[in-house]
Amino acid sequence: MNTSAATRLVAGRELKVKLRDKTFVFSTLFFLLFAVGATVLPAMFGGGPSSVAVADESLAPKLREAGLKVRVVADPERLVRDGDVDAAVVAGPQVLAMTDAPGDVVRALSTEPEVRLLDPDAVEPVVGFLVAFVFAMVFFFTSLTFGLQIAQSVTEEKQTRMVEILVAAVPVRALLAGKVLAGGILALAQVALIALVTIVGAQLTDGGSDLLPVLAPALVWFVPFFVFGFVMLAALWAAVGALVNRQEDIGGASTPVQLVVMLPFFAVIFLRDNALVMTIMSYVPFSSPTAMPVRLFDGDAAGWEPFVSLAVLAISAAVTLAAGARLYEGSLLRTNGRTSWASAWRDREMQRL
Amino acid sequence: MTTVLHLEAVSRRFGERQVLQDVTFDVVAGRMTGFVGANGAGKTTTMRIILGVLAADAGTVTWQGTPLTRAVRRGFGYMPEERGLYPKMTVRDQLIYLSRLHGLGPGTAKRNAEALIERLSLGERAGDPLENLSLGNQQRAQIAAALVHEPEVLVLDEPFSGLDPLAVDTVVAVLRERTARGVPVLFSSHQLDVVERLCDDLVIIAGGQIRAAGPRQHLRESYAQPRYTLHVDGDAGWLRDELGVSLVDLDGPRAVFDLAGDADDQTILRNALSRGPVRSFGPVTPSLAEIFREVTR
Repeated sequence: MNTSAATRLVAGRELKVKLRDKTFVFSTLFFLLFAVGATVLPAMFGGGPSSVAVADESLAPKLREAGLKVRVVADPERLVRDGDVDAAVVAGPQVLAMTDAPGDVVRALSTEPEVRLLDPDAVEPVVGFLVAFVFAMVFFFTSLTFGLQIAQSVTEEKQTRMVEILVAAVPVRALLAGKVLAGGILALAQVALIALVTIVGAQLTDGGSDLLPVLAPALVWFVPFFVFGFVMLAALWAAVGALVNRQEDIGGASTPVQLVVMLPFFAVIFLRDNALVMTIMSYVPFSSPTAMPVRLFDGDAAGWEPFVSLAVLAISAAVTLAAGARLYEGSLLRTNGRTSWASAWRDREMQRL
Repeated sequence: MTTVLHLEAVSRRFGERQVLQDVTFDVVAGRMTGFVGANGAGKTTTMRIILGVLAADAGTVTWQGTPLTRAVRRGFGYMPEERGLYPKMTVRDQLIYLSRLHGLGPGTAKRNAEALIERLSLGERAGDPLENLSLGNQQRAQIAAALVHEPEVLVLDEPFSGLDPLAVDTVVAVLRERTARGVPVLFSSHQLDVVERLCDDLVIIAGGQIRAAGPRQHLRESYAQPRYTLHVDGDAGWLRDELGVSLVDLDGPRAVFDLAGDADDQTILRNALSRGPVRSFGPVTPSLAEIFREVTR
């Protein structure tokens, strides 16, 4: 059996264990419900055209044209007070409503001036912020939670001494590769599932139809950036897991890795308006998975830029993977106390086998 | 040619400490080889080197004449000193997983797992997570994990510790089935009485060096001193005056004594018979514990 077959077996076990893990299943369900809720519920509650009552028959066609439900009655105000309609139009013309001004009714009765946009492609600031926030959030959360799970799975094998049986049977790199692969598949699948539910929900309720075409190019780039960025961090998480002997020690040992996940997250959110910082961050490996797609969405990046940035990230991921593998191999069989990064790096026992 | 797992001049040091020094011995196919030594003598390090979990600084390990590679070692079964299986995985699942990792197909892996579960009486608990099993059952599962891929060589570090006497018998029976099929078994143990009862061959290690190795019976004979025990009806005190006899222990009608090199044991027996009935007379074979003390002194 070669390394790739062993990798598949290891990854298969990790997937099976995770899919049976109640915490994982429930957290995924929770995220899905949240996505459904965020897209569908506002449309359900705020939704539908207003119904409007009029006394004067001549106003009705104009309102119907605007897509409103129109009722012609003798006493429109009473219907509004009874809650039978959202608004009424009485002589004046005057619009009656209970608490909020009904925008669609007002618009139907007004003449709007012609608007000419000088920069029609520019993204609304709020939408721009939200997109940056979502990209950063998705990368931050998945690399943190799935990375931590990889570390825990490595430590579990050390803590239970399972690792000695495994190392005697399969190449150490297959163990590492299998864990990173399984973590990557689960992370990507979870994100894709949530994204799919969100998009479908938005489409059904007509909320995101304007956003999707604008978002698509950034989204397409986000996937490869996400994959390479995840692999890079996963290798570090696996190394962290191998350094310690007990689950309780992962927190302390993983501080450097947590920092390289957290700092780019806050930097992308808070320094989004600083073009220079964003340009730099879109090339720095740990922040490029979010910074580059955000710049693409904002329309600030030239066509060649994501290719260069992705190449830099891919090379960094390969280097980090090699370094992570070396740390992993150098510490996996050291079961007395916590191994330092330096001594894990120097330990070449595995190379002698 | 008999098939053997052969260690030749294996050495290993950890920092300043020489843990193994020129370790050489054979584990012969179809035989149970007991590996005995004090704590820290080098048993676990030796086993780890055989399994490729540790590297040797010098020396070689060969199986059927060829040096061990990862592919060859994948056909070995290993039970590490520090026990470990996945606590939250069921016994059945881990057995199947482990035999798959050792290169078996899904069908064979499942069949082997079921057969071993049955053989080691784990049937009722096979679907439970390992952590829910009693320690004794966890130990059986651990042994099953070492056997599930039909290994051609078995290396077991303290396989009997933590087992009750009945479980020891079950495990021994399972291991005997393997040796009957020509599998060499190397096992270490602190329990010298268990080793004495089970092993065909014996390897004694102390301070990282092999002090004695060979068939158990052979060792017993070669370490046997010219010591005898005699049981008569009357008092055996007369032995004191026999030529070449030095008494080790005298308790009324029973005596244990050593004979000088030129003295004849049959003369003593005849003298004893001339004084009255002799209930028993014979050479004393040393126990494993005595040999162990002797060679590791």
